[in-house]
Amino acid sequence: MTQSLLANALIAAQVMLALAMACAAARLLIGPRAQDRVLGLDTLYVNAMLLILTFGMREGSTLYFELALVIAMLGFVSTAALAKFLLRGEVIE
Amino acid sequence: MSGAEGLPPIAAAVVAVLVVLGAGLALIGSVGLLRLPTFYERIHAPTLGTTMAVALTLIASMLLFSLTQARPVVHELVIAVFVIVTTPVTYMLLLRAAVHRDGLRGGSG
Repeated sequence: MTQSLLANALIAAQVMLALAMACAAARLLIGPRAQDRVLGLDTLYVNAMLLILTFGMREGSTLYFELALVIAMLGFVSTAALAKFLLRGEVIE
Repeated sequence: MSGAEGLPPIAAAVVAVLVVLGAGLALIGSVGLLRLPTFYERIHAPTLGTTMAVALTLIASMLLFSLTQARPVVHELVIAVFVIVTTPVTYMLLLRAAVHRDGLRGGSG
């Protein structure tokens, strides 16, 4: 019974995170200016990291942790590079 | 579903509540990102997801793996520290870029 409670909670969390990713993707597509799209991309990365963590909890495997760490790092680097590009016109000066 | 055997019912309920709260906060932040009218209001909304949702999900993951593997599993703290350090940097850079672009355009965004 407790296993089914935890399993249902994890499925509900995954559905909510998928809806959150859909909202972020909608902002990424319709965002009126470039900074809105960058913000939507950053939110998409964070929600994907949380989704990978809940996948790992469902599977009972700690291997998904490295995936989440890599996604967090890629999200930081890409958002920082895009913001720098919007600020200065080039990424590396 | 191999990870949840031998878990006490109280611990399973606590983990379930933490996971659902974290995912709900991420969903609220993303809905706010979609629905708020201007960029300077929109940039506040995803911080719900990057602070409290990440913290609750990582605490739930640490709790679950520590209880199922009968040893302290704390490597989620690496993600927590990384997110705490990098989120203000990215949002400050993005906000400065937005202010710069609005100054170039001569209007309010």
